[in-house]
Amino acid sequence: MFEHYLSLFVKAVFVENMALAFFLGMCTFLAVSKKISSAIGLGIAVVVVLTITVPVNNLILTYLLKEGALTWTGLEGAGNIDLSFLGLLSYIGVIAALVQILEMFLDKFVPALYNALGVYLPLITVNCAILGASLFMVERSYNFGESVVYGAGAGVGWALAITALAGIREKLKYSDVPASLQGLGITFITVGLMSLGFMSFSGIQL
Amino acid sequence: MAADSVKNTVLSPVFKNNPIALQVLGICSALAVTNSMKVSLVMGLAVIAVTACSNLFVSLIRHHIPSSIRIIVQMTIIASLVIVVDQVLKAYAYEISKQLSVFVGLIITNCIVMGRAEAYAMQNGPAMSFLDGVGNGLGYAVILLIVGFVRELFGSGSVFGFTVLPTVQDGGWYVPNGLMLLPPSAFFVIGLFIWILRSVRSEQVEKAEYRIVANSKAKIKESV
Repeated sequence: MFEHYLSLFVKAVFVENMALAFFLGMCTFLAVSKKISSAIGLGIAVVVVLTITVPVNNLILTYLLKEGALTWTGLEGAGNIDLSFLGLLSYIGVIAALVQILEMFLDKFVPALYNALGVYLPLITVNCAILGASLFMVERSYNFGESVVYGAGAGVGWALAITALAGIREKLKYSDVPASLQGLGITFITVGLMSLGFMSFSGIQL
Repeated sequence: MAADSVKNTVLSPVFKNNPIALQVLGICSALAVTNSMKVSLVMGLAVIAVTACSNLFVSLIRHHIPSSIRIIVQMTIIASLVIVVDQVLKAYAYEISKQLSVFVGLIITNCIVMGRAEAYAMQNGPAMSFLDGVGNGLGYAVILLIVGFVRELFGSGSVFGFTVLPTVQDGGWYVPNGLMLLPPSAFFVIGLFIWILRSVRSEQVEKAEYRIVANSKAKIKESV
C-alpha cells in the first residue's frame, strides 16, 4: 500500500510534472518566475492549496455528483441521479471558496505566512494547475487516499519546476540574448529545454 | 459604430496585440493539444465560442453586477458556458473530446476569457464585446493552428490528417521527427514564433534588464 502511494507521488512530481509535461499553470509559471524568493512563495502556496482542494473535490465527486452518489440521502430515486455534468462548476467553486477561506485563516492565525504569500494566494484561483489536478483526479478515478497523495505530489512538482526556472532566469538576466528573443522568447526556449530534461524521468516505476 | 472600429476590434488581437504572443495569456491549456491540427482547430473554436459568449453575457449584465463579487459572477458565467461546450463536444465529436480530455474544462481558467471579460466587457456594449471576444479567440486559435501545423507537419508528415510528406513507415522518404509530438517542442515552436514576430514588429521587443557592453573595462581603481 505504502509503495503504491510512493510510486504515485514520484510519478506526480517528476514523470507527470504539472508544468513541464502538461503545461498547466503556465501563465503564473512564466509571470512569477523572475525571482527565486517569490517563486518559492508561490510554490508553497500551490502545494498547500492543491493538497487541500484535490481531496475535497474527490469527496464532492464521490458523495454528491457521481451517478448514484446521492444514495446515502435515502431519498426515493436519489440513486439514479447523475450530476457529473455539474463537475466543472462545482470544482471551480470549491477552489475559489477554499482559497478565500485559506486566505482568511492564514491572515488570522499565521500572519507571517500570510504576508509572505501576499498577492499570490488569490492568483491561485485562476491557476490551471489547481483545476487541472482536480480534473485529472476525476479522469483517472483516484480514491480519497490517492487523491491526497496526488494533490501533494502535483503541487511539489509544480513548485520544483517554478523554483528551478526562477533560478535559471536570475542568471539569464546577465547573458547576451538576441534583442527580439529577449524576455518571453528566451524563457519559452528555456522551459522547453527543462521539459526535455524532465522527460528523462519518464518510465520510472517504483 | 464605424466600420473601421469593428474591423479593428476583431483584427487587432489577431496580429498586433496577440493575447498569446504579446501578453502571455492563456497558454496554459493551449500547448498540450497542439500536436495535430484537427485537435487544435476544435480547441480554437471552443475558445472562440466561450470568449465571445462570455463577453456578450458579462457585457449584458455589467450594470447589475456589484463590483465586489464581479469575479465570482464572471467565473460562473464562464464555467456554465464551458460545460455547454464540453457537453456539445461529447455529443457530436466524442473522439476529439476524448483527446482533449481535461483541456476543455481548463478553458475556465484560461486567462484570455477572464481577462477580456474583466478588461473589455465590463466597460463596453454587448455587440462590441462580442466582437472583441471573437477577435481574441481568433488570435488564440491562429497561434494554436500555427503551432499545430508545424508540429503535425514535422512530427507525422501530414496536415489535417492528409499525408503531405510520405513517411518512411509508409514507404515514403520522410523520417518523422518524433520530438515534435512531445511536449517540449511546443515550447520551442512558440519561442521561435515569438522571435520571428518580434523581429518583424520591433516595437514589441522587451527591454533588457542589463546591457552588456563589448569589451567593457572594469571601473575599479587600482589599489595604491
